[in-house]
Amino acid sequence: MRGISKAYMVLVMVFLYAPIAVLIFFSFNAGNSTSVFTGFSLQWYKELFQDEETLSALYNTLVVALLSSGISTVLGTAAAVGINKLNKWMKNVVMNITNLPMMNPDIVTGISMMLLFVFAGSILGSDDVLGFGTLLIAHITFNLPYVILSVLPKLRQLDSHLVEAAEDLGCPANKTFFKVVLPNIMSGVITGFMMAFTLSIDDFVISYFVSGPSFQTLPLRIYSMTKRVVRPSINALSTLIFVSILVLLIVINVLQAKDEKKAERRRRAAK
Amino acid sequence: MKNKIIDLHNITVAFDGEKVLDGIDLSIEDGQFVTLLGPSGCGKTTTLRIIGGFISPDSGDVFFDGKRINDLPAYKRQVSTIFQRYALFPHLNVYDNIAFGLRVQKVPKNEIAERVAEVIKMVNLSGFEKRKIDSLSGGQQQRVAIARAIVTRPKVLLLDEPLAALDLKLRKDMQVELKNIQRQLGITFIFVTHDQEEALSMSDVVVVMDGGKIQQIGTPEDIYNEPVNAFVADFIGESNIVDGIMIEDNLVKFAGQKIRCVDKGFGKNEPVDVVIRPEDIDVVSPNESPLSGLVTAVTFKGVHFEAIVDVDNFKWMIQTTDMIKEGQEIGLLLNPDDMHVMRKSEYSGMFGDYSSFSDEMDYISDPDYVEDEESEEVAEAEE
Repeated sequence: MRGISKAYMVLVMVFLYAPIAVLIFFSFNAGNSTSVFTGFSLQWYKELFQDEETLSALYNTLVVALLSSGISTVLGTAAAVGINKLNKWMKNVVMNITNLPMMNPDIVTGISMMLLFVFAGSILGSDDVLGFGTLLIAHITFNLPYVILSVLPKLRQLDSHLVEAAEDLGCPANKTFFKVVLPNIMSGVITGFMMAFTLSIDDFVISYFVSGPSFQTLPLRIYSMTKRVVRPSINALSTLIFVSILVLLIVINVLQAKDEKKAERRRRAAK
Repeated sequence: MKNKIIDLHNITVAFDGEKVLDGIDLSIEDGQFVTLLGPSGCGKTTTLRIIGGFISPDSGDVFFDGKRINDLPAYKRQVSTIFQRYALFPHLNVYDNIAFGLRVQKVPKNEIAERVAEVIKMVNLSGFEKRKIDSLSGGQQQRVAIARAIVTRPKVLLLDEPLAALDLKLRKDMQVELKNIQRQLGITFIFVTHDQEEALSMSDVVVVMDGGKIQQIGTPEDIYNEPVNAFVADFIGESNIVDGIMIEDNLVKFAGQKIRCVDKGFGKNEPVDVVIRPEDIDVVSPNESPLSGLVTAVTFKGVHFEAIVDVDNFKWMIQTTDMIKEGQEIGLLLNPDDMHVMRKSEYSGMFGDYSSFSDEMDYISDPDYVEDEESEEVAEAEE
């Protein structure tokens, strides 16, 4: 029985990670083929970093990811503070509305946003609205619920007497937020930011619809590369994206684990 | 006459339509140690939070040093609070926690250092300045909370059951220490507790509350010796409360006996409640006293025995150092000043009969009981 469960586990892992393993493996291929390995080389990585278009796509991706995750972190944290103060019923309503975009298929979100942007553009008298601005708005929109979801539990855990204690010591409410509330929910804010950043780098479907030909992100760039002759440099690029996302996820997880440990220690100290 | 630092006029507060405070009038003199005492849900914490500025009353006025402060936000009030769970800032170390209030008020840096050092010494926390809050024990956290609250030199210190989470021994030590700090600072302390022993041993004035109303205000001696009604008599210490009739001044009839007492000023033949403290009753042989009964239970309490005595189906509690045994017939002797006569109140008949004497009477002095109460509060908050 034990053997079977182990074998099953291995199979699951193989199916999950085999494609990525193959991709990483062939990114180091010396040859031109995507099926025959002829020797180790870094030439595809070299080619990648000489490709102007790819580099500009990388730059765009990072700019959009940083801006969208930064803005959605500020908006999302503010929203979480507000939501936390609502009564139970209103909180449920607002949270369901917030969660809806996460359940919504990306393609529906993408198309609906594109239509909205084009419609808004036509009202403003422009027929070429799709580009950096629309992409940024779209990314902020789909990032928001994730930030709210990671900040809200921290606010709920926060001892409400801390805020009162600060006021009691002469601290006005807005100052209290920055001096007492924010430091204590910071781990949630950072997790939210990292998640938003990851999602933004990751996104293809929504970006595909709301960005124009003038503005390309890495996932869009990869997609357009596959339309022409598939070069192994795609493998190299995908490997880099996979690794950086992996690192981000590990950092998020480590942060969360640390935080839980701290909370556990505090609980014990309180007793 | 010292000036009134805090004055509450006809304060009424309701949460979700339920009255928590019902017409509270309370004057607190400067420099006193005042305790708000009552069972959970009596409104004592709400009263404290009104003074602190965390709740505004539905009606009534709050005066501080003669000025009406109903609309003054908490951060502008010259009061400091020590919260039940201390509410120390977990992201700051001991020094920064204590310095928080001074920094917010933009006190110069060297003065902050001086004043923090001063209070750290006062609460015996020297050497702990750089320690993280979650590395401190409950007692140490308590000291940080005290230091943080007094460093801003408030005129009034509000303490919301600050000792409830400490174990018994530490609690006794902290009682003494708090009292010393109060004497040293000379400021007003308003202390909330459900522990009557704590209230009696620390306070200049005790305010007994129940059901959102003040039942009695007085010195610990007054409250204990001259309770105004059956609730106060029962809540403070142990009491036998029997129905009686005031025949005339200095003569009360109860348990079928006319007995001399020291109380007067009641109407002729007015029905009254008579309080007899268990420790005031002398045990004699049955033929030496008109009151006699059968001992039904004896508990050894260390300094004395606590016995339940059945006198004509009314169970009395007595405390005595004499050796008595279950099943023994004994006489109960009362001197005139052993009795305290009270007018009838809404609480008459609810307390003071030990026929149903059981563990439930003990919860008042049981520290674990608080834990339950708090976890209930937490559960409510989480809902």
